[in-house]
Amino acid sequence: MELMKAANIVKDYMVGEVAVRALNGLSFTIDPASFVSFVGPSGSGKTTLLNLIGCLDKPTGGTLTVAGTDVASLDRRQGAVFRGNNIGFIFQDFNLLPVLTVYENIEYPLLMVQSVPAKEREERVMKLLDAVGMLEQEKKYPDQISGGQKQRVAVARALVTKPRLVLADEPTANLDHKTAYMVIELMKKMRDEFGTTFIFSTHDPKIVGEAEIVYTLEDGQISGRQEKGGSDRG
Amino acid sequence: MANLFKIAIRNLMRYKRRTMLTASLVAIGVIFVLLFVGVTGSFKSMMTGQMTDSMLGHIQIHRKGYMASIDNLPLTMNMKSQAVKKLETTFQGMPEIESWSPRIKFGGMFSSFTETTNIRLNGVYPEMEIKTLPLFASRITEGEKTVRKGAIVIPELLSRGMKVNVGDTIVVIANNKDGSVNGKQLRVSGIIESITGPGGRDGYVHIEDAMEILRMEESEISEIAIRLKDFGRVHAVHSALTAMLAGEQNKQGKPVFEVHTWESLTPFYNVVRMIDIMTIFIKIMLIAIVLISVMNVMIMAVYERIREIGTIAAIGTLPGKILSMFVIEGFLLGILGAVAGNVIGIGIIYILKAVKITFDFGRQTGLVLSPEVALQDILMISLIVIVVAVLGSLQPAFKASRMEPIKALRHV
Repeated sequence: MELMKAANIVKDYMVGEVAVRALNGLSFTIDPASFVSFVGPSGSGKTTLLNLIGCLDKPTGGTLTVAGTDVASLDRRQGAVFRGNNIGFIFQDFNLLPVLTVYENIEYPLLMVQSVPAKEREERVMKLLDAVGMLEQEKKYPDQISGGQKQRVAVARALVTKPRLVLADEPTANLDHKTAYMVIELMKKMRDEFGTTFIFSTHDPKIVGEAEIVYTLEDGQISGRQEKGGSDRG
Repeated sequence: MANLFKIAIRNLMRYKRRTMLTASLVAIGVIFVLLFVGVTGSFKSMMTGQMTDSMLGHIQIHRKGYMASIDNLPLTMNMKSQAVKKLETTFQGMPEIESWSPRIKFGGMFSSFTETTNIRLNGVYPEMEIKTLPLFASRITEGEKTVRKGAIVIPELLSRGMKVNVGDTIVVIANNKDGSVNGKQLRVSGIIESITGPGGRDGYVHIEDAMEILRMEESEISEIAIRLKDFGRVHAVHSALTAMLAGEQNKQGKPVFEVHTWESLTPFYNVVRMIDIMTIFIKIMLIAIVLISVMNVMIMAVYERIREIGTIAAIGTLPGKILSMFVIEGFLLGILGAVAGNVIGIGIIYILKAVKITFDFGRQTGLVLSPEVALQDILMISLIVIVVAVLGSLQPAFKASRMEPIKALRHV
């Protein structure tokens, strides 16, 4: 059974008094443990789509089901609870909390969102610190580590709640190519290890190559679907 | 909750200078209020003590209607010995009452044989008067510190004006309540300093001399001054006495006695009330300082951390927790300001006490200022600061908790 299903989703924004259609009738499904990328030029609707999947925004029309839940039906509080339990986020600018150490940043969702007991928290954080190669940096603050390291911490933070889906909006945009590649490899490794679905947006063609399924967006519509080792569908 | 505190403390430490400035502002407000409360409280209690311990007592009882015509010192409104005995029995049954002093108040003529003037006199039992007014003896600046039979203690203004000194013989002439005139020769045994307020320029004679001058066969008392063991119980005892004496009625069914606290006996109480009102205004200023400074700093904190708010909201932090984070920051700012303000304020009060600043009040000079702040005041001021700091952070915190994560994440 698919992890998420989009059926003819539409998203309109009001710019002044003019309605602008950001997404225009998107339909697709994503299976569990997939490694999916949405690509497209600026303004094609990548971020808008990820926001809808992540329950940060609601579609104007159509149906969007994530982990069996119609995300459009969730109110603010339900949305927060749903995100906390099912979705991990990796941001382009890393968005680590500057007042927390590496360890505490990863621990944050377990502590403040899921209220996981201390012992289990420690086990899960240490395991992920090890997995992303940040064990030795655990006591450092975000301003004491490099961009690549920050994104590794962000990956660990996204995975620590054992979400079914991790959304990453341009996760490598602020990284050099080598670091970007390492971060994508890390995400892939985490997918293999934890069976988490990763959906990320990018416009970097070299990074796109790492995705197993690539959706191309143009003007708010899917203009192509490419599956590694599989068929292309326009 | 501990983690919310940890995050709040770190966020406050993140902008150390700003946090220190805000806490300093709050602390300055607290110091100012503490000093005001301490100094005015000292002034207030000292002056209240002067009034009650040297002249008025804590409570006075008169025959109903006496106070309305006290300026005339009417002898026809005195309490009969039977009524006084009844009152004394009542006092004996009240453990809150430490002592009482019956007085005969009357007006008369004072003659030094060369000059004559009018005088207001109190006939008192010296032991009872001194017990009820512990500062009475210290008001007698010259001569014997008591009132003996055959002697008179005269106010210093009269002494100066009439050029009468301790040891001189004078005559007091007075009308009794029937209108007949009588006089008695008395020896000046002391000079009493004048103090502000009604009765502050009265002379004193022994009550038996007063009875003799007024040709009373049995004592008739104008007023009874009462001293309580605990001054703080004035209103409670006043209410109790009023209730107890309400049953004492005359033939017309009207109450026989009237009971007054010191507050209704002296215009100085208006000064006390004014100080209290000023204290309220000073506290309102403190509230404004705390509210504006904490609100300002929290609005800035929310504005600067919009993307962080978006991040924590996106990863599932509930709005209530986001609200708590910011409210706790305001709460901690309040605590920091209150603690610093209290420590510095109490320190300054101790220094002022050690320095022993003197001031004058009316004709009294060299009064030592001894500021003191009650624990109750410290707790109240701290509570005001902390509650207002929390209130000041509520609006920004609420704004943060209601922020749409998608908009917050887009914020540059």
